[in-house]
This record gives sequence, C-alpha cells and structure tokens, in this order.
Amino acid sequence: MQKKKQTSSKGFRLYVLTFSICCAIYLSPGHTLAQIPDTLIKANLLKELIINQVQLSRQNLSPTPIQILSGEDLKRINSLSVADAIRYFSGVQLKDYGGIGGLKTINVRSMGSNHTAVFYNGIQLANAQNGQVDLGKYSLESLEEISLVSGQHSEILQPAKAYASASAIFLKTKIPNFDENIRTSISATLKTGSFGLVNPSFSIQQKISKKLSATASSEYIRANGKYKFRYTNGVYDTIAVRNNGEVDRIRIEAALHGKLHNDGKWNAQVYSFWSDRGLPGAIVANKFDYTQHIWDRSIFAQGSLEQRLSKFTIMFNAKLSYEYTRYLDPEYVTIDGFLDNHFNEKEIFLSAATKFQAHKNLTIGLASDYSYQTLDANIYRFAYPNRSTFLNVFNAALQIERFQIQGNLLSTTLIDRVRQFGSAGDKQIFSPTIMFSYQPMKSSKIRLRGFYKDIFRMPTFNDLYYTFIGNAQLKPEFAKQYDLGLTFANTFKNMAITFVDLQVDAYYNTVKDKIVAQPGANLFRWSMYNLGRVEIRGLELNAKSGFALTNELTLGIGLNYTYQQAIDVTSSEEDNYRGQIPYVPKHSSSFLGKIDYKNWKLNYSFIYTGYRYNQKSNIIYNYMEPWYTHDVTLGYDLNAKKDVCQLSLEVNNLLDQYFDVIPNFPMPGRNYRLTLNYKL
Amino acid sequence: MRRLTGILSVVAVLALGCRKEPLPLPAQISKIEAEPGSKIKGFYLVNEGNFNMNKASLDYLDIVNGIYTRNLYSQVNPSIIKGLGDVGNDIGIYGSKAFIIVNASNKVEVLNFKTGRKIGQVDIINCRYVKFDNGRAYVSAYLGKIGDPKAPNGIVAEIDTASLQITRSVEVGRQPEEMAILNRKIYVANSGGYSPSNYERTVSVIDIPTFKVIKNIDVAINLHHIKADKYGDLYVTSRGDYYSIPSKLFVIDTQTELVKKVFDVPVSNLAIDDDLAYIYSSQFSYVTGINTLNYSMIDVGKESLLTQKFISDGTEKNIKLPYGIAVNPFSKDVYVTDAKDYVTPGKLHCYDAFGKLKWSVTTGDIPAHLAFVY
Repeated sequence: MQKKKQTSSKGFRLYVLTFSICCAIYLSPGHTLAQIPDTLIKANLLKELIINQVQLSRQNLSPTPIQILSGEDLKRINSLSVADAIRYFSGVQLKDYGGIGGLKTINVRSMGSNHTAVFYNGIQLANAQNGQVDLGKYSLESLEEISLVSGQHSEILQPAKAYASASAIFLKTKIPNFDENIRTSISATLKTGSFGLVNPSFSIQQKISKKLSATASSEYIRANGKYKFRYTNGVYDTIAVRNNGEVDRIRIEAALHGKLHNDGKWNAQVYSFWSDRGLPGAIVANKFDYTQHIWDRSIFAQGSLEQRLSKFTIMFNAKLSYEYTRYLDPEYVTIDGFLDNHFNEKEIFLSAATKFQAHKNLTIGLASDYSYQTLDANIYRFAYPNRSTFLNVFNAALQIERFQIQGNLLSTTLIDRVRQFGSAGDKQIFSPTIMFSYQPMKSSKIRLRGFYKDIFRMPTFNDLYYTFIGNAQLKPEFAKQYDLGLTFANTFKNMAITFVDLQVDAYYNTVKDKIVAQPGANLFRWSMYNLGRVEIRGLELNAKSGFALTNELTLGIGLNYTYQQAIDVTSSEEDNYRGQIPYVPKHSSSFLGKIDYKNWKLNYSFIYTGYRYNQKSNIIYNYMEPWYTHDVTLGYDLNAKKDVCQLSLEVNNLLDQYFDVIPNFPMPGRNYRLTLNYKL
Repeated sequence: MRRLTGILSVVAVLALGCRKEPLPLPAQISKIEAEPGSKIKGFYLVNEGNFNMNKASLDYLDIVNGIYTRNLYSQVNPSIIKGLGDVGNDIGIYGSKAFIIVNASNKVEVLNFKTGRKIGQVDIINCRYVKFDNGRAYVSAYLGKIGDPKAPNGIVAEIDTASLQITRSVEVGRQPEEMAILNRKIYVANSGGYSPSNYERTVSVIDIPTFKVIKNIDVAINLHHIKADKYGDLYVTSRGDYYSIPSKLFVIDTQTELVKKVFDVPVSNLAIDDDLAYIYSSQFSYVTGINTLNYSMIDVGKESLLTQKFISDGTEKNIKLPYGIAVNPFSKDVYVTDAKDYVTPGKLHCYDAFGKLKWSVTTGDIPAHLAFVY
C-alpha cells in the first residue's frame, strides 16, 4: 500500500489534498480504521474528493438552489448544533434566543419560519403544535450532511412532503460504508469549554453481514449555560451573567441499513431525545433572573425502503413519533399551584412514491403521503385537535439535450377535527411548481436555472386552537416564489486553484394572508388573524474555491452574501407601509476560510448580519445594530498506528462582541471549546 | 490569498456597515395646537410597550404650549440601566412625584413630576395599579409571594410617599387589578386571571387604618377596572370569560357595599368626569373571528345609558384598538389612545366636548395610561 501511494500521480494528489483538507478523517467512519494511517488518509481523501465532486454537481445541476455542508466541511465549522451550521447558508436568518438551550429557528428568504420544513433522513420532523423545529436540539455529532434547498429538490423519487414547503432543510445521518475487511468502527468525542459544557458522545458502526449493517450513537450534553453579557447605551454600561440557562440532554439513536438485490436498500431507525432545561427570559430593566423550566421528551421510529423494478422504482417511508413537552412557571401561581403545562403530540406518517422512466428523456413520478397528528394538553378550554393530511403529487421531468424542465402538481387535503369547540374543518388546495435548468453552451459549465413555486403553510394547532389566542377561522398562508439563477462549477488539474463553485440567484417572493398575532381586548389576549402581505426581493451569492499551494499546504475559501428587501405591503394606510419587516437585514454575509498544513488545520469564519428592525416600524426605537462575529479553530491530528486522534480548540466570537438577535435575549461574548475525538 | 480573504472581510464590513457608538434613545417632539389658557399644564402618558421588548416609555404633553414629547424618560434618565422597563401598566401623580407601575420589571418607578427625573424605585413583583390616600401610595400586585405554589393570592402594598418604603401589605384576591379609594377604604377589583377555570368574582374592601380586608363584595367574574363617581358609587368592569360570558359594567353602592345596578354593555375601560362616564370596548368573538369596537356614555347621576357619543364626527373609524381614555376636567376634552396592532407606535387623539377630533399625535408602543399635571 505504501508503494501505491508513492506512485500516485501528482494531479491525483493535488486533488486529494485539496478536497480533503489535509489528512482529515473521513466522517463516515468504518473504512478508515484497520489500516495504516497513510493509506487510510488516502482512502479518506478519495472519499472527500468524490463527495466534493458529487456535491458540486448536485448544487450546479439542480434547478433549485441547494446549499450543502457535508463531511469534513461540516465537521470543521465551529458548531454544536444544526442551528450554528445553518448560519453559513445564504438567504437565511436564524432566530436565536441565545445560549445552548435557547430556541433557534430558521427563516429562509424572509417567508417566516413556518415555511421551512426540516427532514431527518428524508422524513419530515413535523411539529403540528407550532410548526417550528428548534434546530438547537439537533446535534451535529451524528450528521453527515446538512443541506438547504429553496423551493424543493428536483429528485423525482421522494415523499410528497418534500414538495409541500417553501424551502427545506435536510439532515442526513452517517451511513456505514465498510471496506471489505472491516467489521466495526468506533468513534468517541469529548467536548468541553465555556458555559460549563461537558459533551461526551459515542458512536459505533457494525457490519453484520454483506447486506446488513447497524449503527448506534449516543450523546450527553450538560451545561450550566452561564455566560457574561453586556448592555450599554453609552451612559449606563452593565455586565451580568445569564442565569437559568442550564441544559441537560441525552440523545440515543440506532439504525439498521440493509441492501437488497438490484440496488434496492432499506433502513430502519429509532431516535430518542431527553432534555431538561431552564428557560432564560428577556433581560429587561430590573429583571435579569428567571425560574421557568422546560422538559422535552421525543421519540420516533422511522423506516424507508427503495427498490428498482425494471422501469419503475418504488419507495416506501413510514414514521411514528411521540413528543412530550412540559413547561413550568413558578412565577405564575394558579389555584392549582404553579403553571404547569403538559403537551403530548403524536404522529403517524405513511408514504409511497414511485418513479417511472417513460422514455429516455421523460421521467414521471407519483407520491402519496398520509399523516395523522394529534395534540393533547392540560390547558383550560383545550380543543384536543387532530389533523389528517393527504398529500398527492404528480411529477414529470423532461430532459432535452442541455435543457431540463420539471413540473409538479401537489394536492393537499386537510381534515381537522376537534373534541370540543370549533374546528378549522376541511381544506383542499392545489399547488403547482415548475422549474428548469439549462446549459447554454456545451463547452462552458455555466448553467441557467429557475423555478416558480406556489405553496402555503397551514395554520398550526396553536394558531387555530390555543385557548384565548387561537382563531379557528384562519385561512392558510400562501407564498409564491420566483427564482432565476446562474451556476458555474469547475475543477482544475495541475493548477494551484483546484475548484471554483459559483451560484447566484435573484428571487421574488410574495406572502399573502400572513398569519399574525394581533391584540384582543388586552395584553394577555392576543388573537391570530390572516392579515399581512409581504413582498420579498432578494439576491444570493455563493462562491467557493480551493487552492493547493504546495503538496502540504492547501487553502479553501467560501463567501456568501444575501441582499433582501422584504417589505410589508399589508395596507397603504399604515405608517409602516413598504417598510422592511422585522428581523430581516438588508445585507447579510458569511465568510469561511480554511488552511491545512501537514497535520494542522486552521479555520476562520466570519458572520455578518446588517442592521434591522425588531418591530414593524422602521424607526430608531426599533433599530438593531449590525453584528459580526469572528470564529477561529485550530486543530491537530495525531495519527497513531491503528487509530486516529484529533484535537481542536475553538475560539468563538473572538472580538467579544455583545449583541442580540432577538431583543433582550443576549448572545454570548467570546467563548471557547475544546474537542477531543478518538476513532478506532 | 490569506491577505485577499482578510481584505475581503474588511471590505465586507466597510461596505455593509459597522456598529455605531451606543447612544441613549432620543426624545422626539411633535407640535400640536397650543392652549395658553388651559387650567391643566399637561399630562404624562405611559406607553406599555410589548411584553419582553423592554419598551415601556413615557411621553409628556405640554397642553399650554402645544408640545408633545415622545420618549421623555430615556432622554432625562439615560443612566438608568435598560430604562423605564417592560410593560408600563399605570401612572399616578401625588404631591411632587409621579409613580409609574412597570409590571414586568417588577418596580414602581418614582419620578419628579416636573422634570421626569428619577427619584427612587420601589420593587414590587408583578405590580399592576397605583392609587393614593393620606400620604401613602397603594399598589396592587398579582402575587404576594414568589415560589410558593400554595400562595395564589395577590396583595395591596402600602408605600410611604415620602420615604418610598413599603410600610404595610395585605393579601387580597387572586390577580388584583385596579383600586378605588373612598372614605379610608380601598376597593380592589380581583380578576383571578391566572386560573380561567375559576375566575375571582369579588371586590375586596380594605380598611386603611387597620389595613385588613373587611369584606369581599360579590360582583361578577374577572373584574378589572374600578372607578368612583362623585356620588359614592363604584363602577366596576367585568371582562367576562371572552367566550360565552360577555363583558359588563356593574355599579356598587359604597353605603350598602352591594351591587345596585348592572349595565349590559361591554366595557374595556372607562373614565368618569363629573356626571359622565366615557366608555369604550373591544370584544373578540371566537365564533366570527372578528373584534368589535364600541363607544358609549353613561350619566352616573341618573345611572342611565346615553344616546350621545363622545366621538361624534365619525373619526372613531380611524381607531384600530382604543386602549386608554382620560377626560380633561376643565375643557372636557376627551383623550383616547389607539394601541393599533401593539407592535407599531400608537396614536393619541383629542376630541373636544362636542366629540369633534381636535388633533392626533403619534405616541410610543401601546399608549395606555394618562396622568394629568396641574
């Protein structure tokens, strides 16, 4: 094996070095371990290379914008949860209440967080109660890839749910990929640092037979959540420590992956999550300390089966999930004691999809999903709603030389029932999407792409039925998206520059019948209405490149920039007519840079969010300062005989900038994290 | 290349904008019609600000000179950490001091009423309303104890307006709201709003000399405002349960301490001046999903509903959500605030004695509570 390495061509090595960022350990473990380090590295580099090329082509061939963070790139950014990683995508605003346990939701292209669906291994993480997924709850430790797609994937074979949101995040866990003679691989990681963080995690992958393998992974997070924050208006200047931010979390998941004849495959997985945490409140005058507490328990089991049968390919997906949340407020004393709310949400999901190669240029697809969701809660006058949703989608894709066009029609049938009081009743909605991708010149890798998508989000159970607030009369909130973009990707041989990847997209979105909370009779009595209209014009730019300066020194850079004009066009009689909507900055940007030298890796990232307003009126009292953070990581790989040990030190928010994403919910200043990873 | 990336990030920040030096939030001034002959100098207006936003603010109207100042507090008191605070819920002026109840900031802010400068602060958890009697301020608060699951009752605390110390405290019903003081007795409206399955339905009567609850007058569920007229009667509002039991107005005779009359009109808030009660209401229907606004007047002498309206020129259609009301006792001008959608600056409208709109001015967020400066 050593010899083989010596003889490998220079170009190959350049590739390898560039894409893999210096002797990293390929994330999907298995194959790396029982070999001697050098070979091991090479094998990993190869994987990285393939992944990068696949990723480049996926991003550039797609008629809809896809942003991907995977493998080594994902591992190297300074992130604990999915929420941290997502900040590096363009077109995204992360609503972050700060701290490890703080709620983190995502708003893509200013349409609102309820318009983004989150998928875990291809199946949606649904939340019928409030329609939002707390991305802070999902650890990066077990993930192989995070991708964000605007519109929808152009894949024909997928559940109908994948067509049913304005944008989607896909989380993919590591799938075992064993070499011939390896049966077991183990990875153990320990993270520690600021906020009193102790975060051990462990994963094992086992090859059971040629066609069957198993993975299991578990993680524990404990943190006191304490960090310093600062507020000043230039006259007063106060520094305090965040309280009630303690977090205790356990995640355990296990999966079986099987292969079938004719490229068929199946998997089955169980995911469980326990979380106990304090709920740090708003830092307002004279009140900095809080006592509220939240407990979350969630467990789901899901499975997928895919099989090709001559011209047909079929796919089945199923899921059962149960989520429990308890909220305790000792500052709210009722006649029965402290306010102590319990919520139980259950879901059944079944999906069948098929793809048919009608002609060598024409593929058609059908997908049909059924889901049933219920919510129980121990709150006054609760409606006990349940919802059956049938999604049916017909999809066709036509490829004529360098032109590809695809369209689908989604039918949504909703049946809401309640045990008491009024229900939203039944709804039937049709939503079309059309998209294309075109390569104008055969010789050039420039591609033109675009899509139009008409979609809606249903009012959530909270919108419709929550006691005092809910309004069962609500209509769905509709969004229309128009996107036109250019992509370019190329890899270079025998040059210092190894690849270039460019994506530019301009978009125009409208949201109508936006569901907003409006006051009722007093401050405690809000109600939901279909009131808002928003127009969004945006521009996204993503650029990535890699350089191999010498055999041992490689460099990678990535730049994202987003411009967004998201204006409120609800009523010309209002003062804020055509004003920028809350929390959306006109400009936001991120920069990632990485340098690898021998066993050393250095990462630098910069995130910029421009000024924005925290309420509707664009006035000084609602103005929020821009914020920008610099994060740096230094890593070192120790390659012993049979195993690999990695050590890295992160310094986040290096310049110690104090800022809020949500007003009065302070973000941490400079903080540190030390990661030790061991693989066998 | 490293230099290039460095330059790129510097350029990005320069092009996109950096943070500015932090500065206290400024006051803003609007001119309205001056009334040089006014017997009232002006009034303070507390804007509640949305919960968790820490945007309670204080405006001042100089009636004589026609100058409306928004966000006076931050301008005058820039050194107070995080300013006036979260959810301003009431204001009262006594002697030379203005007392502002800041509900979610758990404090009573005490200002010099002439300058608006902060003199002191009294910490009371979840405080709601303030009234005065004999050199003492009385503050209702939702909870007496924090962290005791068996203590759902609220309190009324007594503050010495000179020393700004809490002198006494008495337990009343659950989630007490507004108070009225007559003949050395405090009448406090209990809501029980934290337990909607079991609202309170009484007005607690506190004897000031002994500072004990001597009686609970049964009225109706979920009480809120309580105002005294000049005949010794109390007008008490019930919010109802927001579903099947509607909001109503009850009249208590303080001689018998019994309800003597019920007005079957919804009432969100009212102001009583001389013989007239000025009333508005907003009622949300869970059946139609619509909020209905209503304005009415009562002759408190005859205890009868009047057909006349305090807005007669049709301009009430410009009010999205009436949220505060006060009547100028000399000019009989009526001041009505509009909280709009809670998340945009509100409006203050002034109507003359004939119900014609005199002027309107933009306020802070959720303009709500007025206190005249004589």
